[in-house]
Amino acid sequence: MEISAIYYLVPALIMFCCGVYGFITRKNMIAMLISLELMLNAVDMNFVIFNRYLYPDAMEGMFFTLFAIAIAAAETALAIAIIINIFRAAKNIDVRSLNEMKF
Amino acid sequence: MDYSQFLAMKQEIGVLAVFLLVFLYDTFMPARSQKALPAFTVILTAVFTAVGFFCCCGLGTESSVVAFSGMYETSPVIAAIKNILNIGVIIVLIQSVKWANGEEMHMRRGEFYELLLVTLFGMYMMISARHFLLFLIGLESASLPLAAMVALDKNRYESREAAAKYILTAVFSSAVFMLGLSYVYGLTGSLYFEHIYFALTTQRSLLLIVAIAFVMSGIGFKLSLVPFHLWTADVYQGAPTSVTSYLSVISKGAAAFAFMVIFAQVFGALYSDVWEWMLYALIILTITIGNLFAIRQRNMKRFLAFSSISQAGYIMLGIIAYNTMGVAAMMYYILVYIFSNLAAFGVIGAIENATGRVSMDDYNGLYKTNPRLAFCMMLAMFSLAGIPPFAGFFSKFFIFTSAINQGSVAIYVLVLIALINTIISLYYYLLVVKAMFISEDECVIANFRSSCGERLGLWICIAGVLLLGIVSCVYSGLLDMTSVSSLNMYFIK
Repeated sequence: MEISAIYYLVPALIMFCCGVYGFITRKNMIAMLISLELMLNAVDMNFVIFNRYLYPDAMEGMFFTLFAIAIAAAETALAIAIIINIFRAAKNIDVRSLNEMKF
Repeated sequence: MDYSQFLAMKQEIGVLAVFLLVFLYDTFMPARSQKALPAFTVILTAVFTAVGFFCCCGLGTESSVVAFSGMYETSPVIAAIKNILNIGVIIVLIQSVKWANGEEMHMRRGEFYELLLVTLFGMYMMISARHFLLFLIGLESASLPLAAMVALDKNRYESREAAAKYILTAVFSSAVFMLGLSYVYGLTGSLYFEHIYFALTTQRSLLLIVAIAFVMSGIGFKLSLVPFHLWTADVYQGAPTSVTSYLSVISKGAAAFAFMVIFAQVFGALYSDVWEWMLYALIILTITIGNLFAIRQRNMKRFLAFSSISQAGYIMLGIIAYNTMGVAAMMYYILVYIFSNLAAFGVIGAIENATGRVSMDDYNGLYKTNPRLAFCMMLAMFSLAGIPPFAGFFSKFFIFTSAINQGSVAIYVLVLIALINTIISLYYYLLVVKAMFISEDECVIANFRSSCGERLGLWICIAGVLLLGIVSCVYSGLLDMTSVSSLNMYFIK
């Protein structure tokens, strides 16, 4: 029995929305980063599903996903470095402490 | 595989060569010759730009070159766009020599130049890519090293805060961009610009509109168009001034060109159906809100951040025009914007390096003590505001003309709104001029002599601001080049 694509696409979209929700509501910068990862992985899922179900004769979506995973890893590494740098200065990683500059 | 197609990527290979040489110099030269690294980088980049410029002139009206089965494309127009970016990079590098040789930076001098050259490579890729995978890699290698550059002043808290805000919002926006992309892929089955263009000539669906909105917001973030602009002011204020000037002209210019390429070559068939109206709303919001928030800023870097937001709105007029004149007007606008904005940042950087002061109130009475710097700042402000004898007037004039040429009533209304906003912007640009020339203050910035690099950078910028308006062959040359039908950005060959 073939499971239709919609059973993968909807969870991917829900995952993306959870990521957005987490990014907006979390106060801890690491948690925000995890939410961002959730969003990026939801996108990767989308690409793989579209490739597998709609265009199985080419591998474009799969390869895009491979590159996207590598890019996401680079983004996370850089973000972690910056968060550690902030932790050294402020002794916490609460996003509300980033209020030196506003408006 | 045919390795000769790498020859199509002359400019990319050139910038990578410059990067490698700078990297080797930074790693292997003894500590006493490290002070020469900024000058070394400036000279290498200048040579590279000159070679690229002559290559571009030599190409003539030859049609475009495609490599890697259509993933990469270059043409005289694209080479000219890259040369415009190079000119800006040289000015930024010249202006940053003193800051890079300062006490704070002696451990990280090389990193600034290396990261800058890598981001330039990424921007080239963004402009030349004709496949979304290559485009994404270009976009990310243009925006991730920028976060590291923003955090370069790592002993200053503002710099760290700005970097955190930048990286979190950048990753968020690229996730949104990729979500839009995944739906475009799902609808069309390809990531080649050309294939998507043809697949979309017949398709219209609600999902497509959502996808285009997501893609537009992803690139709009890089350009700091208004609903996605909230990072701009904080990052510009917190980043070191050299990085801010790089962000505000080069990064923005490259993103504007990438925006044009994507919306012309991928979603071109949907212009009047879908994205003209989205862009219409974005431009009005960008110009108006950028202007209104600029009025209340007291910090000069924040002030220029909001001014650059509204300038991005004017740049977008060249894209909504959707004709070859719009492409030429946009290239000219960005060239002029590079000179005038870098003149303003040159003055701010010189004053910050000498005294550490960046508030607009610190500029009170600057004309009495530092008349030359005040004069440079005045020219920059007049050019940004678009006062006639200077280049800024002509660039605004051409971009409005190109938009009017599109012909619909809505565009006339849009240009009228942009014109009204020009008058609002005149008010806040003149606030700076008033502070320097009219206001009095007890603690005026004392007279100081700016460094050689800063003066050279300012001279180049002032020459550009004065001459580009008078030398009319620049714009007509760009227009001739973009009008050659085989190079037309708006038609897939």
